[in-house]
Amino acid sequence: MNIKNNVLFRRKMGHDSIAFRIFTHIVLIIACVIAIFPVLRVLSVSLRPGDRLLSTSLRIIPEGATLDNYRDVLFKKDFFLWLWNSVLISVSTAFIGLMLAATSAYAFSRWNFKGKKAGLVFLLSTQMIPATMMMVPLYILAARFGFINTYRGLVLAYSVGSIPFSVWMLKGYYDTIPNTLEEAAMIDGATRMQTFYRIILPLALPGLSIAFLFNFMNSWKDFLLARIMLQKDFLFTWPLGLQQLQGQFRTAWGMFAAASILVAIPVVALFIYTSRYLVSGLTLGSVKGD
Amino acid sequence: MIDKKIMALSLGQIGEMVLYIGLGVLFLELMLFLVGKLTKAKNMLTWMLLAPAIVGILVLVVWPLLFEVSLAFSNMNLRTFKHPEFGILQGLSNFARVFTKPVLKQTYFFPIFLRTILWTVVQVTAHVTIGLGLAILLNRPMFLKNIYKAILILPWAIPDIISGLAWRGEFHYEYGVFNILLTKLGAEPIPWKADPVWNFVAMNITNIWLGVPFMMIIALGGLQSISKEYYEAADMDGATSWNKFSNITLPLLKPILTPSIILGVIWTFNNFNVPYFINQNELESSDILVTALFRSAFEYNQYGFAAAFAMVIFAILLVFSIWYIKVTGGLKGVRES
Repeated sequence: MNIKNNVLFRRKMGHDSIAFRIFTHIVLIIACVIAIFPVLRVLSVSLRPGDRLLSTSLRIIPEGATLDNYRDVLFKKDFFLWLWNSVLISVSTAFIGLMLAATSAYAFSRWNFKGKKAGLVFLLSTQMIPATMMMVPLYILAARFGFINTYRGLVLAYSVGSIPFSVWMLKGYYDTIPNTLEEAAMIDGATRMQTFYRIILPLALPGLSIAFLFNFMNSWKDFLLARIMLQKDFLFTWPLGLQQLQGQFRTAWGMFAAASILVAIPVVALFIYTSRYLVSGLTLGSVKGD
Repeated sequence: MIDKKIMALSLGQIGEMVLYIGLGVLFLELMLFLVGKLTKAKNMLTWMLLAPAIVGILVLVVWPLLFEVSLAFSNMNLRTFKHPEFGILQGLSNFARVFTKPVLKQTYFFPIFLRTILWTVVQVTAHVTIGLGLAILLNRPMFLKNIYKAILILPWAIPDIISGLAWRGEFHYEYGVFNILLTKLGAEPIPWKADPVWNFVAMNITNIWLGVPFMMIIALGGLQSISKEYYEAADMDGATSWNKFSNITLPLLKPILTPSIILGVIWTFNNFNVPYFINQNELESSDILVTALFRSAFEYNQYGFAAAFAMVIFAILLVFSIWYIKVTGGLKGVRES
């Protein structure tokens, strides 16, 4: 593999003229600058001292850089509370959603039953419903059942809402695990459920973790539903808290920037680490379709 | 740092709900198991595996949807919240209002609809062309390739509420980066937030930044799955770069790009965060359909009317999806599986 790659590498490099290679790098560098610049600006704002929050300077490291904004957002605002609320909701909903999806996807992958195709198409079509459209009925139903300003509605909505996508992805993953493994185990006397827990789940661990990550991210980043369901400050998730900081633009611009950096760093790290798996998870279904 | 009482409260609320869901699932499975034992049904295990998800989707997707349909035939608003009246006539007047009267305070349905189409076309075209372009440049062995890739997916990785709000800051009249640069170049600063046209441009700039990485990654995944041999054969036949691109790359990318474009269109059409955050001054003239829907429901509390409005939006999306799938055969793999 390595040698083959090397040969290809050299041949390929031979193809591209030096001018083209320079052009490629220039375009990519410009694209990178555009991609990273807003992030650097947020970083820069977060480091500005209080008296220079609003400034027409474009320096990335501002004069008199200070961590005051970080200290303020951590200890003068409810930053930890927002994170705590978000983590609680996201982890529990991702877990529930995954459990519900993992078993259904197994049924879709291994059995033929009436309504299977219709079920899969239905799951896919639920993805087309605009989130905004579901907000009105969800809000009114939640209000009727006394779910406003509690996490009940959110937990239910997030965990069930993630099922369609997870089922699709996990079904694709299970399909790649050969049936013969289970047949062998069943000859040795294992039941269907035992083969599922002992063979399929461990083998599908990469797929399961991607589905978990997707579920987690969905509820972690959600603004819309949380904004409607939660009106009390102490229940806020971080997107609500951050929006509130930015709402008071003049006073809290620096704290907003600092909080953004604090929230984004772990997410970005996780994302870049898992991005290669994300792609295979996303394209698996379409590649298989050929 | 966090009040212990509040911590206990949120933990309690989550725990309670997790417990209820667990008990519900357990009860459901037990019932199905018993029914299976009694009727000696053969494939009860399948249904036991599927049941929790089915019930969940019935309760959280199907029921609200049906409720939404019924709301469209009601006069529910803030005053009639507790005791709305339902009726065919009420529904007809709701649907008529969508097309004949302003959906918010001033703007009518069709201008918003046209703007939404313009927004979607501009966005998806930009995402696909820029994304594919970058992917093609990246799809070769080169110095610093992984660093470029890591930086270029950054906009996708950042939670979009953060980037949305950060971009809103950059469109500030005095302190935003665009106007600083314009002023330094000696040009007039642009009223990004106050002027409808510029506000729309601002939305588009933000969302192009946000959406390119996804298409780039998808296209890169697709490009990597194309065997190099095709290109080698084409080289021997003396094909030009454009020939290779239009006769090899594009056709082979189609099965991957088609579903992503459908998704992209639906996501963009339904994109709430970017238009909502950039449109800080609530200019009706830069709303798209979903933000207008949100406002009519949650700022003007016209729930019945908003439900009818939502059905119209949904119908548009449905027609588009069916048409697109027919034309491209895009979801062939889905139907076969």
